[in-house]
Amino acid sequence: MVFLHLFIVNKSGGLIHHRALSPKAPQIGTNEWLRIGSTFHSLYAIANEASPMKLSQNKNVSGADDGIEEIQADGLVLRCLQTRTGIKFVVTAEPGTSDIDQVLREIYILYTDCALKDPFYELEMPIRCELFTTSVDALIRTMERSARLGIR
Amino acid sequence: MSKATSNGQQLWNKVPKANAELFALTYGALVTEVVRDADENLATVNEKLEKIGYSIGIRCVDEFLAKSNSPYCKTLAETAEVLGKTAFRMFLGIVVDVVQHSPSSFSLNFQDNPLSLFVELPENYKELEYSILYCGVIRGALEMLNYKVDCQFVKSPLKGDDTHEIKVDVKQVMSDGAGEDYQEE
Repeated sequence: MVFLHLFIVNKSGGLIHHRALSPKAPQIGTNEWLRIGSTFHSLYAIANEASPMKLSQNKNVSGADDGIEEIQADGLVLRCLQTRTGIKFVVTAEPGTSDIDQVLREIYILYTDCALKDPFYELEMPIRCELFTTSVDALIRTMERSARLGIR
Repeated sequence: MSKATSNGQQLWNKVPKANAELFALTYGALVTEVVRDADENLATVNEKLEKIGYSIGIRCVDEFLAKSNSPYCKTLAETAEVLGKTAFRMFLGIVVDVVQHSPSSFSLNFQDNPLSLFVELPENYKELEYSILYCGVIRGALEMLNYKVDCQFVKSPLKGDDTHEIKVDVKQVMSDGAGEDYQEE
């Protein structure tokens, strides 16, 4: 189980943060990430509109509306958490990785604690807070360690 | 005890606390600084403090959502409950009564105000809305959740009332998604 990438998209579809969570993650340039971020944002909006009916009970407690929650492929799982304020946190991981949901929620908390409380951070703008990136790395390490211990 | 209340109590137990006196004195220092900056023009002071609150609100709403895991609100009444019982409790540790006036307006009533612990308004400062920061916070937070609201203090012990009352009127509920220009005919 390996977490690959994290990217964060603001409510107008701009990429505000992306980082590799493991050395195994494919090397992709920032320009490509910008494109992926805004494409995902659009697909999410389309999925939302295309959904034939609204889910009666939002399954996602801290998420907002219907949209893309998870994409599964042979080599990858992508999971998205859209907050009620419209920010999307997206994590990709190797198939079989558990607790992606929990990681997303923890990252949301880290974002509110590290980025939003930084007086020099402007809303909707790229996140360049060292505190945030180191906390995310620490979180991922703990999650991977506890998963390894759990398997043994 | 309702769900919102117990949730608020739990969150309050969890969050790190600041010293109440330090908090009140810091806010007092901020207010007097703003008063000095605005050359004692109290209307400007109120406006500035409200704006500071707004900037806090648009940020702290995310902290609340991330940490509270409170369920989706389907009506304004539910939103008001969560705002008063859970959010105010989590951030300020105070007990708030929520009163619904109509489907689009409600009031928050409370006794203790951590901001005005040591405050007595002098005679010539009666126009100052000392705790208007709260109104800004509420306006900012609800705006991030697509509610455009008007928010004001209608009662304040600093002005001789027996309790605090903040009245919130929803002006508009904005919709997500494409703007009207992009809608199909």
